Amino acid sequence: MAKKSIKLSSTSKNNIVTYAILAAIFIFVEVWTATGNISSLFKGLLVPLCTYAILAVSLNLVVGILGDLSLGHAGFMCVGAYTGAFFSVLFKNSEGPEWLRFVIALLLGGIVAGIFGLLIAIPVLRLKGDYLAIVTLAFGEIIKNIVNLLYVGVDSKGLHISLTNSANLNLEPDGRMIIKGALGITGTPNDSNFVVGFILLVITVIVSLNLINSRTGRAVMSIRDNRIAAQSIGINIAKYKLIIFTISAFFAGIAGVLYAHNINSLTATTKNFGYNMSIMILVFVVLGGIGSTRGSFIAAMILTALPEMLRSVGDYRMLIYALLLIIMMIANNNEKIRSFEKRISLKKLIKTKKENRGGNV
Amino acid sequence: MKNLKKVLAVVMAVALIATCFAACGEKDDNANTGNSGEAVIKIGGSGPLTGDYAQYGNGVKNGAQLAVDEINAAGGINGIKLELDIQDDEADAEKAVNAYNNLIDWGMKISLGSVTSGSCIAFQGKALADNMFVLTPSATAVEAIDGDNAFRVCFSDPNQGVASADYIADNNVAQKVAVIYDSSNAYSQGIYEKFAAEAKVKGLEIVTAQAFTNDTKTDFSAQLQAVKSSGAELLFLPIYYSEASLIFAQAKSAGVDVKYFGCDGLDGILTIPNFDISLAEGVMLLTPFSATATDEYTVNFVKKYSEKYGTDTMNQFAADAYDAIYIIKAAMEKANITADMSSSDICDALKTAMTQITVNGVTGTDIKWGADGEPTKAPKAVVIKDGAYQAL
Repeated sequence: MAKKSIKLSSTSKNNIVTYAILAAIFIFVEVWTATGNISSLFKGLLVPLCTYAILAVSLNLVVGILGDLSLGHAGFMCVGAYTGAFFSVLFKNSEGPEWLRFVIALLLGGIVAGIFGLLIAIPVLRLKGDYLAIVTLAFGEIIKNIVNLLYVGVDSKGLHISLTNSANLNLEPDGRMIIKGALGITGTPNDSNFVVGFILLVITVIVSLNLINSRTGRAVMSIRDNRIAAQSIGINIAKYKLIIFTISAFFAGIAGVLYAHNINSLTATTKNFGYNMSIMILVFVVLGGIGSTRGSFIAAMILTALPEMLRSVGDYRMLIYALLLIIMMIANNNEKIRSFEKRISLKKLIKTKKENRGGNV
Repeated sequence: MKNLKKVLAVVMAVALIATCFAACGEKDDNANTGNSGEAVIKIGGSGPLTGDYAQYGNGVKNGAQLAVDEINAAGGINGIKLELDIQDDEADAEKAVNAYNNLIDWGMKISLGSVTSGSCIAFQGKALADNMFVLTPSATAVEAIDGDNAFRVCFSDPNQGVASADYIADNNVAQKVAVIYDSSNAYSQGIYEKFAAEAKVKGLEIVTAQAFTNDTKTDFSAQLQAVKSSGAELLFLPIYYSEASLIFAQAKSAGVDVKYFGCDGLDGILTIPNFDISLAEGVMLLTPFSATATDEYTVNFVKKYSEKYGTDTMNQFAADAYDAIYIIKAAMEKANITADMSSSDICDALKTAMTQITVNGVTGTDIKWGADGEPTKAPKAVVIKDGAYQAL
């Protein structure tokens, strides 16, 4: 008994690896930026990378842990983005520190999105599989269409809201429009940066991992694995579904706020808040391995950066991107490649070394 | 088979890594000189080269390239050659920011902004922070040129709405007007609102205003029935041509008999494949560009463009972009721009020069700019007759 190693459970080991990867990404980016080698393109991509990583990690809670197929994640992001941007534009010229305004915007965006998550979870409690997917899909589309009709202005009398057009707001001459229907919100302050985005990503990962490894997480996974069995041992399915939907929507909302404060024009189009985006986020989760937090954010980062890095090939950009996506999906599911990965994995190498030395593990 | 997959995966992975490095390596290019050591100024912009609005992006790309090639062939601007790069932004604001950053890495000194409004607002947000000159050919939203560094070639949304209402009222085209617009589209909604306000001033009666969204842009029977029962004499369509073509076809089968009036979004309707152009007979539209016009600028542009790129994307976007490059040329000559100036210095010089120049081009004559970036030129109205535009 010369050596006494601390025994870690496999989940703890796994989590440590996840945090180590996050730390490595952060250090890499900081060093890259500090040495000045980073291109403008990448510098501009840092916040979107964090945004989509947060979205993927939060969707993983619903798809991977709860086992429900949700196609409305972009809807929650949209709610968060509009709430956060609305708040920031409203208080843009007021006194007080900028960071405080941004923190409030983040919280507000998250909370409002969380409330929407709760609301959508109530009707979907009875649904599963395809039916649930359809309801969430519809939710996302409804949100997108409603914000496109929304006109909000502010003057000395307070807020004016209309769902038809800006003339109906009856703003006073000194009033200003904040949400301009399909034109959305313009002039959102540029508060997002990589450090904030990364901190939010780390918080999302910590919450996600701790949730998965908690009593709640195990209960949720038991629902995923066998709903009837879970019910029979007294697990309150409704409660756990609500919890997961709300938390997932909360973080999607935060990602939305981050997104809205990175560009100064916020519009709800099919491209950014439609089902295309919801499916894109789902692709991140599926490619990263359903249920894997680590995989989710890594896949999100790779797939967000990929089409931008392919800009050098010009017109063939999206074609190559699609091809790579197909190949990655196939390769990820290929047994041969999986076994090959296992053979060259670090753990195995260490193990064989120790075995060769004749030591005990 | 399995082996093949493995090999393929490895090959693609290597290709991917290679492209990453290729992309990173490009930024070391010397920004001020071309391959042969001549002085070069790089002009960049972004637009939808893929996706739903690809016609617009490609029109701008080709139109601008045509002008750049002409200028370079004639010896450049005071000896400076131009280089052009239009990046794909898929008409998405976030992608436009990425495109902007990519162009900065490439060494862009002057920009054409973005083709579509939402993208251009985001593009302009970055450009304003960097003090980069922006002259957008076609972004019509008022906010797209917010800031003193930005100008545009086309009319703004409010401008088009007001001009349309004025035209209809002043020429007694109709009294009772119905509108079908896309409420999920900033362009369409912007024009509609100003049109409605101006119509009130001019005494036009808007009998019904029907909306559709991007998700419901295939079946217009409900809107057309409302138009039919409203007793409108004229249907105002501040929308894009792809939806308009469906409206024309469905209106005919529904027996709606009204005059049609549209804005520059309808431009391109005659080049839709398999569209029965007899349906568009008699449609009036405001457009800065008409391929059948006989002034020397248009004749020259149409001839050269169709020789090089065909007529598929020969629309007002191409014409705007073609003019944009010549406007930049005029401003550069006025401000005596040299290739070694920084983009910020160029911007400061150009924004003063822009308010002093007067340009004749394909999309208008005697075009002048105010410090707010809006062009002053007479709107052109055309009517579709025998399958071609004819000046009204």
